[in-house]
Formats: sequence, C-alpha cells, structure tokens
Amino acid sequence: MTLLSSDALLLLLKGAGVTVQLLIYASILGFIIAFIAGFGRLSRFKLVRVITLTYVEFFRGTSLLVQLFWFFYVLPFFGVSLPPLLVGVIALAMNYGAYASEIVRGAIVSIPKSQTEAAIALNMSRFQRMKNVILPQAFKLMLPGFGNISIEMLKGTALVVLIGIQDVTYIVKEVLIPSTGAQLELYTLLLFMYFLIALPLILMARWLEKKASVGRESA
Amino acid sequence: MDRDKLWNWEYAFEVFPLIFDAIWITFSATILGFILAAIVGLILALGRRSKQAVIRYPVIGFIEFIRSTPLLVQLFFIFFALPQIPVIGLTLEPMVAGVIGLGLHYSTYLSEIYRSGIDSIAKGQWEASTSLNFSRYHTWTKVILPQAIPPVIPMFGNYLIVMFKETPMLMSISVAEMMYVAQTLGSAQWRYIEPITIVGLLFLALSYPSAYLVRRLEARMGQRFSKKKKLTREEVTM
Repeated sequence: MTLLSSDALLLLLKGAGVTVQLLIYASILGFIIAFIAGFGRLSRFKLVRVITLTYVEFFRGTSLLVQLFWFFYVLPFFGVSLPPLLVGVIALAMNYGAYASEIVRGAIVSIPKSQTEAAIALNMSRFQRMKNVILPQAFKLMLPGFGNISIEMLKGTALVVLIGIQDVTYIVKEVLIPSTGAQLELYTLLLFMYFLIALPLILMARWLEKKASVGRESA
Repeated sequence: MDRDKLWNWEYAFEVFPLIFDAIWITFSATILGFILAAIVGLILALGRRSKQAVIRYPVIGFIEFIRSTPLLVQLFFIFFALPQIPVIGLTLEPMVAGVIGLGLHYSTYLSEIYRSGIDSIAKGQWEASTSLNFSRYHTWTKVILPQAIPPVIPMFGNYLIVMFKETPMLMSISVAEMMYVAQTLGSAQWRYIEPITIVGLLFLALSYPSAYLVRRLEARMGQRFSKKKKLTREEVTM
C-alpha cells in the first residue's frame, strides 16, 4: 500500500507519542489533584470542604471540551500564555481529577469506622491513622477506578486536536488526510491505534479489579 | 466594544440569546442519541449472553473496542469515512452522524447496565420458566426483562447527563449546537470569554440539578428494591 510512506508512518508515530505524553502527564497531575480534592472533601474545615466541593461540581458539571476551550482562549486574556500542550494537560487533569477525587473520597469513606476507632485507641495521630491504617486499605479499593479513569482520559486526549495540539488525531486529520484523501483507511487505522494504546490500560484495569475483589473476599 | 474589560456585559447579553437558541439542538442530539443507545444497548446485552460463539465474541469485541476509543474519532469516522466505503458508502447529515456516534458509543455503556440488571435475576426465575415450558423468547419478554430493566433505569440517568455533556464534541462535525454557536460568535468578534463561559454555565445549570434528581431517584429506587428483597427473604425463612 502506497498510502503510508515511511515519512507518514514516522509522523503517525510522532503523533502517537504526543498522545501518550499527554496521557502520562495528565494522569500524574490528575491523580495528584484527585488526592488533594478527595482529602479536601473530608477536611475538618468547612471552608476547605466548600472550596473543593465547588471545584469538583464545577468540573464535573460543565464539559471537558468547554473547559479546554475556556483555558485555551481565556488564559491569554489574563496575560498567561501557556504552550497548547500544557493547556491540554491542565484541562484534562482538572476534569478527570474531579471525577477521580470522588473515587478517592468514596474509598476512604468505605473503610469501616472501627478501623479509625482502633487507631485512636492505639493513640495514633490523625496523620498516622491516615497513613498507616486507612490509606493502605483504601488505596486498594481505588485502583480499579483509577484504571477506568485512565482509559477515559486517553479518550479525552483526542479532544486536544480541536485546540491544535499535534497529537495522533491531528496528524491524521490535518496532515495525512488532506494529502491522501483516504479517510476510510486512515480513520480506521486511527481507531485501531487508540485501541492499541488503550489495551495495556484495559488489561491493567481488569487485573486490578480482580486483585481488589480478591482482597475484599478474604477480608 | 471595550476590549480591555475582563467581562463585557453588553457583549454577553448580545450573544446569550443566540447561544441559548442552540440549546434545542443540544437537547435533540442528547435525547435521540440516548434512545438509540438504549435500544442498541439492550441488543448488545442480549448478544453478549448468546449461546452462539459467532454472536457472543464479536459483540464483546465491539463493546470493548467502542468503549476504549475516543468518541471524537468515532464521529470523524462516521461523518468523513463512511461515505468512502465502496458500494454501500453513505453520506450522512451532520446531525444524523452525531446522533449515531453518540448513540453507538453510549450503547456499550448502557449494555453493561442492562447486564447488571439481567445478572441480578434469581436463578429460580429461569428454572421456573423452564419448568413451565416457556420458550426462550417467552422467558425473556415475559419473565426476565420485565424484572431486570425497571430497577436499573435510574442508572441510565447518569449516562443521560454524561451524554449531554459530550454533545459539544458535535461541533467538530459542524452540528450547530451551543458550543458551535459560541465558537462561531467568538471567532467573529475575536473575543471568546463571554460565549464560552455562557456555554459552560448553561451546562452547569442543567447538569447539576439533573444529577441531583438522578441521585435522589436512585436512592429511592434502591430503598424500594432493598425493601422488596427483605420481604422475600422473610417469606423464605417463614
């Protein structure tokens, strides 16, 4: 097939690299945000709880594309002009971080109260209680949810093509198709490329689910 | 227009009615896509349980594939690539392509919900149908589905909201929903803050109360069904 010259293939791989990069950066930042917001929702201080709740509901209630555009078009107005890739990472992380914070919160809340009481009885500090007793148990419950969120995040990265980031979708849509016109072949290939990137995540999510459910049965 | 202002009310009032008008397109795409997803989702859920491997495995493959690839790329595929399929290739209106894209994508999610409903039906119901000599079709339509679907309907509400929030993507295949209008207005004046913020606030104003309603509905249904379950358990112990 002359459709994909070696140059085109190289471009595609470069685009896929950008997509994977976006996914990795946004996952790291997103999970950090998820923990901060998850703990924030459980804070002793009402102000912290209200602020985090506002953030979570705001980002879950609007739409990723709207947020992406908002960051892209509005930040320069404040004199903050970030490179598009960073805008994409921030929007993805803020959006999926809001969803993932609910996973963090849900897992922590689901740990039986008796665990906290036992830790208090052992004279542990608040910090020790969280670090040594609650989190190790809650973390296991969070993992399958994180696996699913990372697949959703990969799908979300495709949206950055709309703010002109040169990810794999951009390469196909704006570079390869205009020069070849082979929409059917290239979009099919693109879908399979995303599936290929998602495959390790799917397998990981399934493995984590199995692991988490094993722990729950034995408990 | 005063360009240095952070928020220009005059401009905001000017664009608001134009964006608000497009809300009907957003609603129609969501509702039609959801109806399609509910129908195809049920077919997928049933296909997944089929005894024939030729049906079961392709269905599982379809679900996994659609669920793990981006909706945006699927929309591009339906809108741009379908017309190029030899012989059967068809060109779709943007709105039709958008509804099909949304519907197919979320049918895979809804099929999982149907599945959880079907799985929750007690084994005795199947055995009773067999002992009454019901046909397979009869068992499904008269015994299993009427019990499996109503309890999971509140869970559909969540996906209705998720789908609603995904409709801005349809702008990329030129469906004139809210985001498309906002983007067009923004580029005409080269000022995006007001239009995009308005779209965001409209989404928030609509999705937040509906999420609250769905949560309440779910809690109420959950209560009713757990009560029912308790009753049957008591009957058994009696």
